[in-house]
Amino acid sequence: MAYIEIRDLYKIFGPRPKEARRMLDGGASKNEIMAKTRHAVALQDVNLSVEEGETFVVMGLSGSGKSTMIRCINRLIEATQGEILLEGRDILKYNREELRELRQNHMSMVFQRFALFPHRTVRENAAYGLEIRGVDKSERFAEAERWLNIVGLTDWADSYPRQLSGGMQQRVGIARALCTDPEILLMDEPFSALDPLIRREMQDELVELQSRLNKTIIFITHDLDEALRLGDRIAILKDGMVQQVGTPEEILTSPINDYVADFTQDVNRVRVLTAQTIMIKPRPLQIDRGGPRVALKFMEEQGMASVFVVDRHRRLLGMLTMEEAIQAVQEDRREIEPLLNHEIDKTTPETYLEDLLPIAAQRRWPIAVLDEEERLIGAIPRVAVLGALAGTPDPHGHMDDTMVEEVVDALQQAAN
Amino acid sequence: MDEGGIITWFTGFDLPVGEVIEAAVDWLNLNASFVFEAIKFPIDIFLNGLEDFLLWVPWWIIIIALVALAWWRAGWRVGVLSAISLLLIRFLEPEYWDLTMITLGMILTAVAFSVIVGIPIGIWAALDDTVDRIVRPVLDAMQTIHPFVYLVPIVILFGPRKVPGTLATIIFALPPIVRLTNLGIRQVPEETVEAARSFGSTQQQMLFKVQIPLALPTIMAGLNQTLLLSLSMGVIAALIAAGGIGQEILRSVGRVDVARAAEAGLVVLLLAVVLDRISQAFAEGEAETA
Repeated sequence: MAYIEIRDLYKIFGPRPKEARRMLDGGASKNEIMAKTRHAVALQDVNLSVEEGETFVVMGLSGSGKSTMIRCINRLIEATQGEILLEGRDILKYNREELRELRQNHMSMVFQRFALFPHRTVRENAAYGLEIRGVDKSERFAEAERWLNIVGLTDWADSYPRQLSGGMQQRVGIARALCTDPEILLMDEPFSALDPLIRREMQDELVELQSRLNKTIIFITHDLDEALRLGDRIAILKDGMVQQVGTPEEILTSPINDYVADFTQDVNRVRVLTAQTIMIKPRPLQIDRGGPRVALKFMEEQGMASVFVVDRHRRLLGMLTMEEAIQAVQEDRREIEPLLNHEIDKTTPETYLEDLLPIAAQRRWPIAVLDEEERLIGAIPRVAVLGALAGTPDPHGHMDDTMVEEVVDALQQAAN
Repeated sequence: MDEGGIITWFTGFDLPVGEVIEAAVDWLNLNASFVFEAIKFPIDIFLNGLEDFLLWVPWWIIIIALVALAWWRAGWRVGVLSAISLLLIRFLEPEYWDLTMITLGMILTAVAFSVIVGIPIGIWAALDDTVDRIVRPVLDAMQTIHPFVYLVPIVILFGPRKVPGTLATIIFALPPIVRLTNLGIRQVPEETVEAARSFGSTQQQMLFKVQIPLALPTIMAGLNQTLLLSLSMGVIAALIAAGGIGQEILRSVGRVDVARAAEAGLVVLLLAVVLDRISQAFAEGEAETA
């Protein structure tokens, strides 16, 4: 069982949700229910599981029910039906005391519009959770200061929130949430109100912070780029229903339906896809197993103008191009070794496409993907890089040469 | 019966509402006087204590204290303004000082009880919509019905003089503080309240750590209104022999003594200016820190 399990969660706003629920089961749409009974179906049959220590992003447009969902978890909004199991215990069945204990000790929230207390100093804001818990002043202030230091606001402890910029205010929001040392962090579009540069900075800091803290983070956003950057896994929500759950790469490379596909279309793939997503399985020539003729045959079979040459341990030795191979055959030379081209572009499986683009744009030859022991594990023909860029992650995707040339031209112009 | 007869009968018809109310008031007076005594009792104690104190303290100490308060909260301009106003009150007509102190005692008592009663009601109405729906029309009625209308039953039920006069003042001055407390609490942003809840605040912690502090500027604005209404009603209460400077105005008007009426009126005006400036400074001070 996962750390947090959300099962069959429904939220229907209105005075008689049960009635609306029956209509829903009868196959009525949200709009019909709204028109007939004035009930709003916010969440419908939501099932999710969140693992301990992961950053789980719930992504959806406005009205998708994402804010309602996160509020159901700490019960700022009471769900209509369903279970939210935390380590197997249903939060929705907690009594008032248990709920308070949960909120005070185990689960904190960061808000979109910061929601700081304007009449309290930054220090008092950060210490609020501990104050509620009854921790005495010196102790809670010390802890608050520790967190303010971590988010870089030591010098602002005595200021009031209105004296701070948006980004700084949200740092206070994060310090306030972390100050109670909760295991779970609920973040409701925490960076949406910030301007893009600050947002990027905050995302990076969150990633860095999370690498040290290992909290379980449930993060809401409407920004797919943000979801892909932060999420270990992403759930895509539409009209209160989960469309797809998966790693960023899964969402990008195998969208489950048109809705998700449309979403991912505009995404800046180069920052998400890695070399291993788009590489093809190479068929290298083992150096002691053949000469130029065999090499030519390999190239013919793969439809490529070159072949990688490896040693017996699959370690990359070099590349043999078609021109060299043909010349060698004509001159009746058997040795491959002296023909090898050593100026190969190499990369690791984890390298982002972003970094491969300039290479793909400038070189004719495939890029070799090597593991830590320098063994060849993949090859990336430039068609694959450009194809992924154009939305066809399939490296064997259909992209004729003129298209490739067009993209290459465009890239080179961009590079200049 | 001809048509004229019907009209005569109809126009002559007199619903016995007045009689019923009179009977009810009489009955209450006879059988429930302990209730009214119980209401009067705390006001009586507070009012007399405060009045005795204000009359006992030498006038110059009171002036120094009020000026110091004005200076501290509102700056030297208001301090100087208060000093001039209070000295004018003292020397306009020396016998007015004690009357002014009696009126001040009534006003402060009315304000104190308005706060004690009004703020909790305002908070309750803010937290509970049902209470709000009940309280709202009552406040509307309190503000619409002219005090002359309820002065009579008050005299019957509570008798004349200071304490019933103060009670009428409380009725007159209570609505703004209830309304503005209600408004102030309701105005606290939903997200701020949510944030407090998300940290596991109890209802009480929420109220005292978040809602009331954030509503304080609005509540203080209500207090300022209540104070000024108290002053105006404190003068009208002279009609039921509540005493104070209002009594002097009433007497002068009755004698068509323009000079004394003007002086007494000026005293009320000056007192209003001083109280308004000081209480406003308190409200603004709250607005700054919140």
